[in-house]
Amino acid sequence: MSNSFLQLSQVCIDFPTDNGPFRALDNVNLDIEEKEFISLIGHSGCGKSTVLNIVAGMYQATTGGVLLENREVDEPGPDRAVVFQNHSLLPWLTAYQNVELAVQQVFKKTMSKVEMSDWIMHNLELVHMTHAKDKLPSEISGGMKQRVGIARALSMQPKVLLMDEPFGALDALTRAHLQDSLMEIHTNLGNTVIMITHDVDEAVLLSDRIVMMTNGPSATVGEVLDIELERPRNRLELADDERFTHYRAEVLRFLYERQKKQAA
Amino acid sequence: MLFKSFIRNSFLKTQRVTPMALELAVKFPKNFAGKYFTAMLVPVVALVIFMGIWSSVASQIETSLGQLPGPVKVWEQTISLYSDHVAEREKEIKFYERQETRNALKLEKNPDAKVKIRSYTGKETFIDQMFTSLYTVISGFLVASLIAIPVGIVSGLSTTVHRALNPLIQIFKPVSPLAWLPIVTIIVSAMYVSADPMFSKSFLVSAITVTLCCMWPTIINTSIGVSSIDEDLLNVSRVLRLGWFTKIYKIVLPSSIPMIFAGLRLSLGIGWMVLIAAEMLAQNPGLGKFVWDEFQNGSSNSLARIMVAVFVIGIIGFMLDRVMLLAQRKVSWDRNAIIR
Repeated sequence: MSNSFLQLSQVCIDFPTDNGPFRALDNVNLDIEEKEFISLIGHSGCGKSTVLNIVAGMYQATTGGVLLENREVDEPGPDRAVVFQNHSLLPWLTAYQNVELAVQQVFKKTMSKVEMSDWIMHNLELVHMTHAKDKLPSEISGGMKQRVGIARALSMQPKVLLMDEPFGALDALTRAHLQDSLMEIHTNLGNTVIMITHDVDEAVLLSDRIVMMTNGPSATVGEVLDIELERPRNRLELADDERFTHYRAEVLRFLYERQKKQAA
Repeated sequence: MLFKSFIRNSFLKTQRVTPMALELAVKFPKNFAGKYFTAMLVPVVALVIFMGIWSSVASQIETSLGQLPGPVKVWEQTISLYSDHVAEREKEIKFYERQETRNALKLEKNPDAKVKIRSYTGKETFIDQMFTSLYTVISGFLVASLIAIPVGIVSGLSTTVHRALNPLIQIFKPVSPLAWLPIVTIIVSAMYVSADPMFSKSFLVSAITVTLCCMWPTIINTSIGVSSIDEDLLNVSRVLRLGWFTKIYKIVLPSSIPMIFAGLRLSLGIGWMVLIAAEMLAQNPGLGKFVWDEFQNGSSNSLARIMVAVFVIGIIGFMLDRVMLLAQRKVSWDRNAIIR
């Protein structure tokens, strides 16, 4: 048996339609090591989110399956925390309470009240949100909401952090700030991360490997690109780095030559 | 509507950010005062115009009970109904005083004497009827809410339950209270037989009729609120593996609070209207009975007294709605939602 930390093997998924089953993913194989940062990139509709949802346990693969530390994934759970694209904070709870909900659920048996409170504050600290801990989601900006969403996911101490286009809805500057925060957190905590993105620069900047997916239907892993840039990475220095430009060009070539979207 | 929201907005502003309101007042003193002035003036003017039209129309209409009463006559009857109530209370107090002295005397003569204690059985005044109605509608409404909210939640969560319940709800919803009343009366008479009843039968009949008529909006609204919860929030609950109860309590209920309250407000409004009709038909104590009694009575004051009742019914209905609105504001997380 393989010893990969997270293993997707021969994952296929069919969705029922009126015209019979629709094969969204076909034979997706992926081995992910602990502490690795993986980006999934591909044209919209290629099934990136479906892959993430299968790892999260929201969908069940029709054939094949997902093993996390050699145990099969068959339902959602806090060991595979998800950062949703639109933050998905509960609008009636403050930033603190939103993280608290997760912490209470995951650590209710192992932590005392004081420990929980410290842990919540620690996670808000990681995303630099302690100053707004008593604000409701409607009172803070989109970027801040996403920070709280990340804090909530981190607070579950997940084995894998799943991020579904976490910065897709943010403006470029806010996105850059959050990318830097995420890099910092990844350096300090060493989380295993799978992130979906549309942004080629973001993928190259953050990832250890970029998984490029072919177009659907029957989408699968097209190519995997290793990003051998030493960490910590600095976006300004990398902007002039030839390797960065090269990786970027590789991804672009895959997306716009080999997987050119017909009549997009 | 626009006007109302304006009043509220300016009110909210002063409440929330007093310094800013002050600043505004300093910057635009004329405008600021003017806004409040028109906000007060317009409703008053409208009221005066209404009174004028009423009074002139009433003077044109001659009925079998004399001239149709205008505002002045109605106001006189309001005072008279209130003094009736005060007089009745005094009579009651005197009755109990007399009874006590009588019993004390009896016991003085013979300590073993059996003392009779009778409760006062004077006629119910308008004010008494008003409180009876309020008590009945609140009881009926509370029972309806206790049934409707859980049913609505279950029906919102499960498509199967929704499919099962929906036809029944749609059939029962439009049924008039007057159709429920005979059934409820007969069932209560048959089932509720006890030597020492906790509630009077008439109260039960009225309250149950209210319950039956005002459940439906709450069920429907709760069910819609619950079934339209953001899919992502439910996914959060799945990732956290929240238990069934925690999910309801932490996610489903708070997110459907606005819809639940919309339903509750509709329900209470319907309940109040239904109750008055039921009291008239069944001769159960309450404002409805008061109106009917005055109609049967046919004295020269009757029409004015009925009109007093109409205003009181309207004002109570309005106040009940305001109370619900306050409660809704208190529990609503969405401060931006405009609630009126």
